[in-house]
Amino acid sequence: MSVINSKLNTNSKEFVTNTNAMQVKVDDLKTKLAHISKGGGIQSCERHVSRGKLLPRERVDGLLDAGSPFLELSALAAHDVYPEEVPAAGIITGIGRVSGQECVIVANDATVKGGSYYPLTVKKHLRAQAIAAENNLPCIYLVDSGGANLPRQDDVFPDREHFGRIFFNQANMSAQNIPQIAAVMGSCTAGGAYVPAMADESIIVREQGTIFLAGPPLVKAATGEVVTAEDLGGGEVHARISGVADHLANNDHHALDLVRKAISRLNRVKPINGDLKKAIDPVYASQEIYGIVPADSRKSYDVREIIARTVDGSDFDEFKALYGTTLVCGFAHIFGYPVGIVANNGILFGESAQKGAHFIELCAQRKIPLVFLQNITGFMVGKQSENDGIAKHGAKMVTAVATANVPKFTILIGGSFGAGNYGMCGRAYDPRFMFMWPNARISVMGGEQAAGVLAQVTRDKYERDGTDWSPEDEASFKQPIIENYEHQGHPYYASARLWDDGVIDPADTRMVLGLSISASHNRVIEDTKFGVFRM
Amino acid sequence: MFTKILIANRGEIACRIIKTAREMGIATVAVFSDADSSALHVKMADEAVYIGAAPSKESYLVVNKIIQAATETGAQAVHPGYGFLSENAEFCRQCAVHNITFIGPPIDAILAMGSKSAAKTIMANADVPLVPGYHGDDQNSALLKSEAEKMGYPVLLKAAAGGGGKGMRAVHCAEEFDQALIAAKREALSSFNDDLMLVEKYLLKPRHVEIQVFCDSHQNAVYLFERDCSVQRRHQKVIEEAPAPGMTLELRQKMGAAAIKAARAINYEGAGTVEFLLDSRGDFFFMEMNTRLQVEHPVTEMISGQDLVAWQLIVAAGQSLPCSQEQLKINGHAFEARIYAEDPDNDFLPATGRLSLLKPPSEGSYIRVDTGVVQGDEVSIYYDPMIAKLIVWGTTRAKALTRLTEALSKYRIAGVTTNIGFLYNLATSQAFRDGDVDTGFIQHHHDEIFRQRQQDLDYAAPLAASAIFNLRHDDATKIAKQSNEANSPWHLNNNWGRPMSVIRMEIQQNECVLSAESYADLSHSTIASKNDGFDLFTPEGFFHCRQLYPDLGVNNEDVDRDNLKAPMHGTLIALMVTAGATVKKGDTLVIMEAMKMEHTVIAPSDGVVTEFYFQAGSLVEADAELLSFEAFDL
Repeated sequence: MSVINSKLNTNSKEFVTNTNAMQVKVDDLKTKLAHISKGGGIQSCERHVSRGKLLPRERVDGLLDAGSPFLELSALAAHDVYPEEVPAAGIITGIGRVSGQECVIVANDATVKGGSYYPLTVKKHLRAQAIAAENNLPCIYLVDSGGANLPRQDDVFPDREHFGRIFFNQANMSAQNIPQIAAVMGSCTAGGAYVPAMADESIIVREQGTIFLAGPPLVKAATGEVVTAEDLGGGEVHARISGVADHLANNDHHALDLVRKAISRLNRVKPINGDLKKAIDPVYASQEIYGIVPADSRKSYDVREIIARTVDGSDFDEFKALYGTTLVCGFAHIFGYPVGIVANNGILFGESAQKGAHFIELCAQRKIPLVFLQNITGFMVGKQSENDGIAKHGAKMVTAVATANVPKFTILIGGSFGAGNYGMCGRAYDPRFMFMWPNARISVMGGEQAAGVLAQVTRDKYERDGTDWSPEDEASFKQPIIENYEHQGHPYYASARLWDDGVIDPADTRMVLGLSISASHNRVIEDTKFGVFRM
Repeated sequence: MFTKILIANRGEIACRIIKTAREMGIATVAVFSDADSSALHVKMADEAVYIGAAPSKESYLVVNKIIQAATETGAQAVHPGYGFLSENAEFCRQCAVHNITFIGPPIDAILAMGSKSAAKTIMANADVPLVPGYHGDDQNSALLKSEAEKMGYPVLLKAAAGGGGKGMRAVHCAEEFDQALIAAKREALSSFNDDLMLVEKYLLKPRHVEIQVFCDSHQNAVYLFERDCSVQRRHQKVIEEAPAPGMTLELRQKMGAAAIKAARAINYEGAGTVEFLLDSRGDFFFMEMNTRLQVEHPVTEMISGQDLVAWQLIVAAGQSLPCSQEQLKINGHAFEARIYAEDPDNDFLPATGRLSLLKPPSEGSYIRVDTGVVQGDEVSIYYDPMIAKLIVWGTTRAKALTRLTEALSKYRIAGVTTNIGFLYNLATSQAFRDGDVDTGFIQHHHDEIFRQRQQDLDYAAPLAASAIFNLRHDDATKIAKQSNEANSPWHLNNNWGRPMSVIRMEIQQNECVLSAESYADLSHSTIASKNDGFDLFTPEGFFHCRQLYPDLGVNNEDVDRDNLKAPMHGTLIALMVTAGATVKKGDTLVIMEAMKMEHTVIAPSDGVVTEFYFQAGSLVEADAELLSFEAFDL
């Protein structure tokens, strides 16, 4: 037992200041999420409900096992991206328990632009499928969508990671025995028609769900045939005549019940890797994290205080505690699952990078999932550092992170800048899940640094031209750059573009990690084959 | 003393009698019908004789079968219990013919009390007070008024032809009389075309107070005090108690003396009960005399320390009463609550079903549970659906009442609907606590007993939600333990990440929507699961709760079959069409009778009845398929 001895003083002025600052950010996040959860607005929701349909969030709730948690993903998707508001990108995705089985759920929100697929809707759908594929989780599609957003077809239809990929994924997941279940609870037109058609089992709601490649208007235009939507591709048609659907549901509730039944028949047993322990709450309250994270992001703090409020019993066995101290590595458990934790405690030096690479190797060898707590301004720069080979030491860590074949989970608890993002398992390194805290920032470098670099380049140009560049002019040159970096580095901006899987309340970190780690255990951890480490 | 007796009864009273007989070293013979072959009374008795089919007319009420059973087993005496043959003079006579002692009064006493009007004449002659009244044809107003004055105000003017309150007037003093008479006559004339009026003593908040008497064949007679059985619903006693609240020594002695006078007037022997109406001024009037052991006799036993069944056996054996009046003393206070399989919210409709859970409060010197059923038994349609009698004792009424409500809140029954919650609400109502009872008690306090108040729902809803969370938590824990990752946060039952999650519930037939945040401390409440939800016993009352599940709609494919099943256990009275008949949607196909109510089975769509699986008159189980139906294609 190595219980972390917290040095936090919850009565200090700093603690109160920090708590208040974080509280403001969390409150703002919750207000945003609450707004997003209302979908396409009151009128749109009322119209939806008046047709006897459940709202998409009610559908998800009705699908899940009573009382069990729901890990929603990317609720902020498309936030402030398009001229019009597209809450949650018009699609709700997440992981939840259905008939005792953790599943990925993808539910169209027809109250948002008829559930049509914006570019980010496609990205979010594909991300949910990627999570299902990586973690071996059955997929449930609650379909209620008019298909691709036609005005934006160039960003929706043609490319590799566009609409067609959805069905490619369905086919390939099905091939790997990752069950694909679809319930058609509304429109399912054109390309969308393939979601139920490609599913292993499909359900359609009588007099509500429709599946067709072309709707009545298009049919009339094309062939002159006049037909109702119900006769063209309603529940009775597909359940009795075409065979496109396997089960006919009487209403939304019944459809959800049939999905639950379908899942209960999958004959899947969750494989559990490794030596599980009994879960114990951390010794310290998770809410205290608010008071740890400095209100001023430039100030540093001991990341062990965060770990102490995240892992079982605050029990943390540190590895190489005395070496490369700007990177904290160690073993712990979260909800009884063993994890290796890699957490920034300052800038990365050569030693810290080597230590990180070593620790990741250990975890991969032992098949222990890795949790990255990312708060990194980057690798150390400068002559000595470069001469010491910081690039090759950083490369070792990046190689280790990239090739370690254990589930990886990344939480952006602070800054995520430059190559630090790579070494600490940023999005490009395929962490199984990645979440951000509302205080986090992500960009190639800090706004100040970027503005400074660009100003330096500009000043050099002025100096070559022999013109004068006043400090005022320089300041007004730098200001928009700083502002732009601040804007684009904000977690909402990041989450809106699916650079992560969601912005979370720091106090929920343990729960989010626990759910994610547990979900990842649906796939057996395989052996790792590392790349060449530059020595 | 007898060495072997036969008990011509079933259920709790048969068990009750067997207990005392056993203590007295008397062997017992039980009788049983098809429905009771493994009933508790059969198991408890030394011998048991089968006497016929389940309906009591074919078994427990058949005199010669009982007599035959007694003769064949060599029983010297028959204890009839209550109900069935207990007040049947013919049975009594047959016992005598076959030289079997009937444990009860002489035939003449049964006959004398068998006719209510004849009984009243006997009582009037014996000077036992009757409700005063004038029933004459002479309708002279002055005569009517003088009759009213003779019996004392208030009086009630009633149209002889009346009903429904028409032509009825309560008159509280002489000044009101003439005016009221004119009005009542006018109303009677217009309503019934007949203005003949009766004048009766108007009883203010009458109470049902009965005196337990005991007489032996040696001219000894005592009374074992009174029981107050005022709290009734549709003439069935609900909660009985002894002594009566507010009873004075003087009144008790007066009523006791009157009861003994009544018993002596018919040369009574054995246990009997003289029922009186007692008005708020302390005047009491004879109603009737029950010539048997009463259901509620245990409350008398609890306060007197006597075993009334033992007394019955002693008297029947020709011995003298065990005690004199002077030796009898009241000790403390006792209540009896009758636990019934019935639905108080549905006009007390009797309920049937299997007692999947039956956990009475633990018995002791202060709590007694008289029952004839055990967990797993069936409450059938054939007999009185009483499950048990809960009897409690305390040094004072208040203490006994607390014990009663505690015991009720610990009573757990699942599988059938019971009146426990109703009893609890009744017992905890302020008026009942105050002992302010009368025969209109349930009507007067209907709203309090059948709680529907918003504040109650507001109170109960979080408790009910918590109860559901607890039940879910238990399930989740069970599932977690069975899984190979007991600590997975996915096992948690906290609705994490699901702020929209709500629980739809019905509490006392009111629909409520509760959020996941609703939570309340359940430590002072008891949850009793039932087949359709759970009963919540709280310090503030009882609530029946049911989680509402979403409507999954009806599959066209399933309609045909489901609706053609028996809606409940009962008798198939009539087949309304013949096999092979073509019917229209909505046509009545079958009529069933169950629980005194008719139910129809209708055609779910146009189609053909191809076959009936039962004949008219058959008894069918709930959900049994009654007929085969082929629906026409739509």
